[in-house]
Amino acid sequence: MPPVPIRVGLFVTCLVDLFRPSVGFAAVKLLEDAGCSVEVPATQTCCGQPAYNSGDKADAKTIARQVIDAFEGFDYVVVPSGSCGGMIKHHYLELFADEPASYQRAQHLAKRTYELVSFLADVLKLERVDARYDGVATYHDSCSGLRELGVKQQPRKLLASVAGLSLTELPSAEICCGFGGTFCIKYPAISDRMVADKAADIVATGADTLLAGDMGCLLNMAGKLTRLGKDVRVRHVAEVLAGMTGEMPPIGARRPEHP
Amino acid sequence: MQPTSHAFKENAREALGNANLQKALTLMRTGFPERRTAAIARLPEFEALREEAKAIKNHVLEHLDFYLETFEQQVTARGGQVHWCRTPQEARETVLAICRRLDAKTVTKGKTMIAEEIALNDYLEENGVTPVETDLGEYIIQIRKEYPSHVIAPAIHLVKEQVAASFRATHTDLDPDRVLDEAPTLVAEARAVLRQKFLAADVGITGANFCIAETGSTIIVTNEGNGDLTQTLTKAHIVLASLEKLVPTLEDVSTILRVLARSATGQEFSTYTTVSTGPRRPEDTDGPGEFHVVFLDNGRSAMLGTEFQDMLRCIRCGACMNHCPVYATVGGHAYGWVYPGPMGAVLTPTLVGIGEAGHLPNASTFCGRCESVCPMKIPLPKMMRHWREREFEKQLSPAAYRYGLKLWAFFASRPPLYRAATALMTRLLGWVGGPRGRFRSLPLAQGWTQGRDMPAPEGRSFMSLWAERRKNGEAA
Amino acid sequence: MSEARDQILGSIRRSLKRGPLEETRRTGLEQRLTAHRRNLVPARAAALPQAEQIDLFLKMAEEVQTTAIRVARAADVPAAVADYLSQRNLPSRLVMTPDPQLDDIPWGDRPMLEIRRGRAEDRDQVGVTACFAGIAETGTLMLISGPESPTRNNFLPDTHIVVIRGQQVVASYEEGWTRLRGKAMPRTVNFITGPSRTGDIEQRLELGAHGPRRLHIVLIDDEAAS
Repeated sequence: MPPVPIRVGLFVTCLVDLFRPSVGFAAVKLLEDAGCSVEVPATQTCCGQPAYNSGDKADAKTIARQVIDAFEGFDYVVVPSGSCGGMIKHHYLELFADEPASYQRAQHLAKRTYELVSFLADVLKLERVDARYDGVATYHDSCSGLRELGVKQQPRKLLASVAGLSLTELPSAEICCGFGGTFCIKYPAISDRMVADKAADIVATGADTLLAGDMGCLLNMAGKLTRLGKDVRVRHVAEVLAGMTGEMPPIGARRPEHP
Repeated sequence: MQPTSHAFKENAREALGNANLQKALTLMRTGFPERRTAAIARLPEFEALREEAKAIKNHVLEHLDFYLETFEQQVTARGGQVHWCRTPQEARETVLAICRRLDAKTVTKGKTMIAEEIALNDYLEENGVTPVETDLGEYIIQIRKEYPSHVIAPAIHLVKEQVAASFRATHTDLDPDRVLDEAPTLVAEARAVLRQKFLAADVGITGANFCIAETGSTIIVTNEGNGDLTQTLTKAHIVLASLEKLVPTLEDVSTILRVLARSATGQEFSTYTTVSTGPRRPEDTDGPGEFHVVFLDNGRSAMLGTEFQDMLRCIRCGACMNHCPVYATVGGHAYGWVYPGPMGAVLTPTLVGIGEAGHLPNASTFCGRCESVCPMKIPLPKMMRHWREREFEKQLSPAAYRYGLKLWAFFASRPPLYRAATALMTRLLGWVGGPRGRFRSLPLAQGWTQGRDMPAPEGRSFMSLWAERRKNGEAA
Repeated sequence: MSEARDQILGSIRRSLKRGPLEETRRTGLEQRLTAHRRNLVPARAAALPQAEQIDLFLKMAEEVQTTAIRVARAADVPAAVADYLSQRNLPSRLVMTPDPQLDDIPWGDRPMLEIRRGRAEDRDQVGVTACFAGIAETGTLMLISGPESPTRNNFLPDTHIVVIRGQQVVASYEEGWTRLRGKAMPRTVNFITGPSRTGDIEQRLELGAHGPRRLHIVLIDDEAAS
C-alpha cells in the first residue's frame, strides 16, 4: 500500500501571486517531487502583515482568521516567504493573545506552518535537489526568515547540490535590504540608500546571480540592480532549486517574448 | 533640548547627504558589530548571562518600590542623600540648589543621558553655574553646541577636521599655528584643557549605569576616567539617575556588567568601572564631601505595567543602534532628541509624546537585528509596533496612507473581489511593463521608482493560473 | 521632596496594580539581598588553579595595553620599577600611596627613585599604588579608596604602576566582592582594565584620555612566601 502523501496547503503570498507566479509553481514542483500532495486554498489573499505592521489590529485579525479558516485540515502549510511565514507562525499568536479561542486555532496553524526551504530541509529532510543552474550565485538572508524562522543553512545546503552552481557568500547577507513592507513606501529615501548599499555589496561579490527567499526583498534588490545597469540575474531560490529557471527571465529582466 | 523628531524625514534627508556623517557611519556599521561578535565568541556563557541579566532586571521592575526604598536607606546610612524628582524641572532645580548652597561656579560632568533629557546644561548656565562636559565626545559636542548622536559615542558623526576646527575656535589661548592634524594631538589637547577644569571644579555630576540597593552604591563605566576625576576632586558628587537603574546586589551587577561592555564596544570590560558609595569617609584624604543621588521619574513609573515595561530593562549600551541598518544610514541626529536608534524609537514617544515622535517607531523595517543583539533581550520591534497601534487608534498617520491601507484591507478580506481586482491589475501592469520587464516610473510609487526600477508582474496572477490549470486538468 | 517621593512610589505601585509589599514578600526580598547569591560565573578563570589564574590575569591585562612584569620577591620590586621608568625615559620622581602593602618593599635599594608618600597632585607624572585584588577573568585591577589609598592617585599621574601580590589575584569579580565584604564599603571601588582611552575621534583608539596613559603591573610571585 503506497504511503499516504503529506497534504500540504500552499500559502502562495500576495507578492508571488501578483508579481511572479512562477515562484508558486516552483514551490509546487519542489513539494510534489518530494512526495507531497499540494493544494492551494482559493480564499487566500494575504497574510495580513501590512495591516499588522501599520498598527491596524482589527483588519489584521480579519485577514488572519481568513487564513486560519482557509488552511484547516492540511498536514502542513508551506510559504515561499520568510516574512509571511513569520507572520503566520509567530505574529498570529501575538495578534490573538487576548482571544483564547482564536489563539488556539492560531497555535494549531502555527505549528503546521513552515517557510518553503526550511520545510524541505528540516521537515522532509531533503538533502539535495535534482536541478542544474550554471552560474555563481550569492544569497541574501531575508530578515524575517533569518531571525524569526531560523532560515540560514537550509537554502545554502540545498543550493550546494545544484549542478553547475557555485555559491559565494555575501558579506552583508544578514543586513536588511531596505524593503520592510510599508517602510519602503513611508521612508523611500532611506530605503533607497539601504538597497543601494546592498546592491554595491552584491556587485562586489562578483556573482552573476542573486538569490533570496522573499519576493519583497527580491523586487527591491532587482529594481535597484537594473536601475544601476548591473548584469546580475535575480531569482527566488525556489526557481533554482526546482530547476525551472528556463520558464521565466530573471526578476526585472527584459522579456523579449512578452507581447 | 527641543525635539525635532517630528522632522525626522527632513533630518534624514540632510543626513543622507552629509559626507562627513556618512564616512563615520560607514566605519561604525562594520566596526562595532565585528568587535561585539569577537567578544562574545570568547565567552561561551554569554547567552546564558543575557538570560540572567534579563531576569534580574525583570525582578527589580516588579519590586521597584522596594529596591528604591532600600537603596535610599543605604545611601542615607552612609551619609549621602537621595532626592526624588517627578519631572525634569524638579531635577534641574534640585541640582541647582545643591550647586548654589556650595557656591559652585563650575561643574564638571561625566556622561549622563539624564542630564540631556532634562536639558540641565542650559539651565545651569542661565543660573550662573558653568557646566563643563568632560567625556571627550560630550565635550566636543558641547563646544559645537550640538547634541549627542549616539548613547555612548556622542561625537561619532564628526571627522577629525571638524574637531580640530572646534578646538581652534574654543581654545583661543593656545598657539593658533599649532598643528592639529591627528587624533593623538587632539586627545592630548583635550586632556590638558580639561585637566585644568577638573582641578578647578566645585561640584561633579555623573550619571549612573546602575544603582545597587544592597550598598547604596552607584556605578559608572567609562573608558577615559573622566567620571572618576569628576567625582573625586570636587566638594560634592551628584548622581543623576532614572528610576529603573536599580539592581539588587553587587553579584547581580557583576552579571549585567559582563554583558554591557561586550555588547557596547566589544571590550571585555570598560576601562574604568567605578563603584561610588556615599561621601568621603572621615579618615579619607580625598573624595567628595557630599554624595547626592537625584532620581528622575519623568514617565518611568507610568511605563510599568504597560506593554512598554520591557523598555525599562535598557542599560544604554548602544548595541541596538550599532546594528541598526536605518541608524547606519541616517545617524543619531535624525531622530531629533536625546535617544536615537531602536531604543530611542521606543523610549522617545514615552517622554515627548507620540505626536512629536511618531516617525521614530515607524522608520523601521522590523528586521529584528536590534532585538537579537540587545543584552537585555528587549523586544524592540514589538514595542515599536505597539506605538504604531497607538497611532492608528489616534489616526495620527497621513490620511493618504490610512485610506490606502483601508482600501487594500477591504479587498484582501473579500477573496472573490481580490481575485478579480488583482487579475485585472496584473494583466494591465504586465502588459504595460512589456518587453522591458520593468517600470522606470510608476504613478503613486515615485518614492520607489525615483531610485529603483519596479519589476513588472508576469501578467497573470498565480491564483488565476492555478485555477485555470486545475480546470483544464493540467499538472502544475 | 517627600511629597514627590510618595507620589513616585505611589505611581510605581499603581502601575504594578498593588499596594506596598506585605511583610512576607519584603522579608523574602531582604533575604535575597543579604544572601547576595552569585549568579552564573564564567568558567574562564573560575575553573583554573591559582597559578594559571595569575597567568590569565596578566595575559588579559596585556591585551588591553597594560604592561606587566613578574618578580620573585618584594625585594625585586624597586629594580623593576626603576628599570621600567628608565627604559621609557620617564621621570624617576614618583608619588606613592601611604599604603602599608608597599611598606615592606626596600625602596631604598634604588635611591634614584625619588619617592613622596602621599596624595597625588596634578604635577605628579608617575604614581605607584598597591591594590585590593586582581581579577583574572578580564585582567582587571580592583582598588579601594581609604586614607592610605586616595582615589586620585589612580587617575592624576600620567603613568600608574600597581604592585600586586600573586595571592591577591582572584578568578572573578564575585571573589573580589566576597573579600571586600569583610571590611566596610569604601567610598570608591575602582575596577581598572588597562590605561585610559578614547575612541571618540573617528573611532580610533587613543590612550591617555584623562586618566593615565600607561598602566604597569609589577606582580610579586609570592605563592611560596606569605
